[in-house]
Amino acid sequence: MENKLIVSLSPHVHGSDSVEKNMYGVCIALLPALIASFCFFGLGAVTVMLTSVLACVFFEWAITKFILKRDKLTILDGSAILTGLLLGFNLPSNLPIWIIILGALFAIGVGKMTFGGLGQNIFNPALAGRVFLLISFPVQMTSWTDNVLDHVDGYSGATPLALMQKAILEKDPSVLNNLPSSLDMFLGQTEGSMGEVSALLLLLGCAFMLWKKIITWHIPVSIILTVFVFAGLLHLLDPVYAAPLQVIFSGGLILGACYMATDYVTSPMSHKGQLIYGVAIGLLTVVIRNWGAYPEGMSFAIIIMNAFTPLINTYCKPKRFGEVVRKEAAK
Amino acid sequence: MKTFHIGGVHPEENKLSAGSPIREAKLPRQAVFSMFQHIGAPANPVVKRGDQVKVGTLLGEAGGFVSAPIYSSVSGKVSKVDVALDASGLRRMAVTVDVEGDEWEEGIDRTDTLVRLADRPELDGKTIVEKIKQAGIVGMGGATFPTHVKLCPPPGKKAECVIVNAVECEPYLTADHRLMLEKPEEILVGLQLVMKAVGVEKGYIGIENNKPDAIALMAEKANQYPGIEVVPLKVKYPQGGEKQLIDAVIGRQVPAPPALPIDTGAIVQNVGTCFAIYEAVMKNKPLIERIITVTGKSLSLPSNLKARLGTPFQQLIDECGGLPEDTGKVIGGGPMMGKALMSLDVPMTKGSSGLLVMKKDEARRSEPQPCIRCAKCVGACPMGLEPYLLAKVSEQFDWDAAEQNDITSCIECGSCQFTCPSHRTLLDHIRLGKSTVMGIIRSRSAK
Repeated sequence: MENKLIVSLSPHVHGSDSVEKNMYGVCIALLPALIASFCFFGLGAVTVMLTSVLACVFFEWAITKFILKRDKLTILDGSAILTGLLLGFNLPSNLPIWIIILGALFAIGVGKMTFGGLGQNIFNPALAGRVFLLISFPVQMTSWTDNVLDHVDGYSGATPLALMQKAILEKDPSVLNNLPSSLDMFLGQTEGSMGEVSALLLLLGCAFMLWKKIITWHIPVSIILTVFVFAGLLHLLDPVYAAPLQVIFSGGLILGACYMATDYVTSPMSHKGQLIYGVAIGLLTVVIRNWGAYPEGMSFAIIIMNAFTPLINTYCKPKRFGEVVRKEAAK
Repeated sequence: MKTFHIGGVHPEENKLSAGSPIREAKLPRQAVFSMFQHIGAPANPVVKRGDQVKVGTLLGEAGGFVSAPIYSSVSGKVSKVDVALDASGLRRMAVTVDVEGDEWEEGIDRTDTLVRLADRPELDGKTIVEKIKQAGIVGMGGATFPTHVKLCPPPGKKAECVIVNAVECEPYLTADHRLMLEKPEEILVGLQLVMKAVGVEKGYIGIENNKPDAIALMAEKANQYPGIEVVPLKVKYPQGGEKQLIDAVIGRQVPAPPALPIDTGAIVQNVGTCFAIYEAVMKNKPLIERIITVTGKSLSLPSNLKARLGTPFQQLIDECGGLPEDTGKVIGGGPMMGKALMSLDVPMTKGSSGLLVMKKDEARRSEPQPCIRCAKCVGACPMGLEPYLLAKVSEQFDWDAAEQNDITSCIECGSCQFTCPSHRTLLDHIRLGKSTVMGIIRSRSAK
């Protein structure tokens, strides 16, 4: 036959979405917050972020090539870069470089590649790296440098989260008076890890992801709403608990809700499942923050719910076409 | 504006031929009539080699109740009654006719005069269904289910309304669109005939709002036809799916199989089918020709052709500028659900709604990447299924899991694969799983 035709099954067209578009889309969404963190923390932030991203990409390349011995390299699909960015956002800007590299090795090596690489991991790799570092190097991980724009003099090193926990431990609501206003926290004038500072820019990036249909609203909205309601109730019952807006804009809550909990691989597939997952993360975060050993509960809450994701997927099915009718008929 | 309620995607429309009026294709030199032009039992040939036939002569009689007769669309001499390659890629029983002249059987009204229902007061439901059955009419949207079967609801089920499927949600295809612009009243009379056949007072015509000219024209003409309403629909694929269309137009959802669309009280007929019904009942013309869109970005003359059944696809493409050099794939039907053709030397059939030529670079599939569990397929599935899961369990031959997760509800619309960022071949695997599970269910109920 002179002119052979290609034969394949339908559909014969594709919507041109790709893994790269989604991964780099999230990276773009993180850009404003990234630039802000460079402004707030200076050269230290640049070093941490560069180290983290380069180390993640390097370990993904090395493991794929030398341990898994795969021909197809995956470092350009954007997922390792994204893991590096998210890990960097979760670190203080003065962290020693060797600790960052160790964190990247754990994130990519243990968190991702042991399970088989992209799409196979149970836990969010960046969070796995952060939690590993937090447990292994608690001192270095929680000593923050001054935010150059910080107005809360004399409290350098004590983040809003630490203050909130202190207020609960000492049963003294006046400690909370040292908190920056929720507006300051919203704009980014506070202490913390690099990605924990500007809620505004992170939310802007989240809006971009929603617009580009990279994520749906279910996970971020359910987490933030749950925290608002739960923290608000606690605040009403007892003023030693901080006001809900301060709770939402402090620590890594926005970063976690919009960028970490929404990680495709480790979050549930159905909208119903995503809502359950989001509400559970919100509840766990407030519980760990208020009554746990660590001032920040977001990472632990997400990691715990990552583990529940397969279970949620088994029991939460999307609403089938015609299901409503079937149920009505059964009545 | 109304639409269906679960999932859906927005493929590029590419309606290249929307502005080109229907033109008549040339008569073929040889026409091949497959006996497998519909779902159900194949037709049985009733002619033999050497027989003279005319346009409208019966070539094959229906092989059962769920089947349809096949008529000759040309006049000439039967040269072969043997297996021949058809669009499915299989060699199956067909009748080949060498064309001589263009002689028609007596009694077929070939004029353009509109015959209204009021002109034929003697017609009753039973006669209409019988006429449709005799004319060999099948669903012309592509499903090719024999129409008379749909018009005879099983005992205990009652039709409440008729919905005309004028959605044409497949990209590129414009055959139904053009037919509505050029034969609006014939379609309306056809709908009236269906309504009379099943004894209902209410008829809807569902049209997507990317065809505003058709909506306006049909709505204007429908004013004179009591009980018929044009329903504009928001553009979303796969709105032309029978279940999705019923959901969009009357807001009722067909339950999972074995339930049928008739359980919602709706009977859905394609625009082309309505026109064929009009011609069969009012003009005494069996189903021997149809409108087919011949299109593609590389084709020099994308067109809507009125062509005789049995015409080889090669000839239709030649009439639209010939097959371009860099062609990679030719699809029978639209790009979302059509079948890729192995050869162009196969005849068009009752279900051929389109012929789409794709360039080599459009035709290639991308290399699949690992599933990143983004859930976009779950969001796109119009049946509320989990395509990633169905594909995975089918790949693992876990038929129990496939059945438990409702694989048989899949309508094979391709939305999941269309939307998958990892370019995974989801539907390939799901098709395998679905057909295997249906086989298991059949053998279980046979015991």
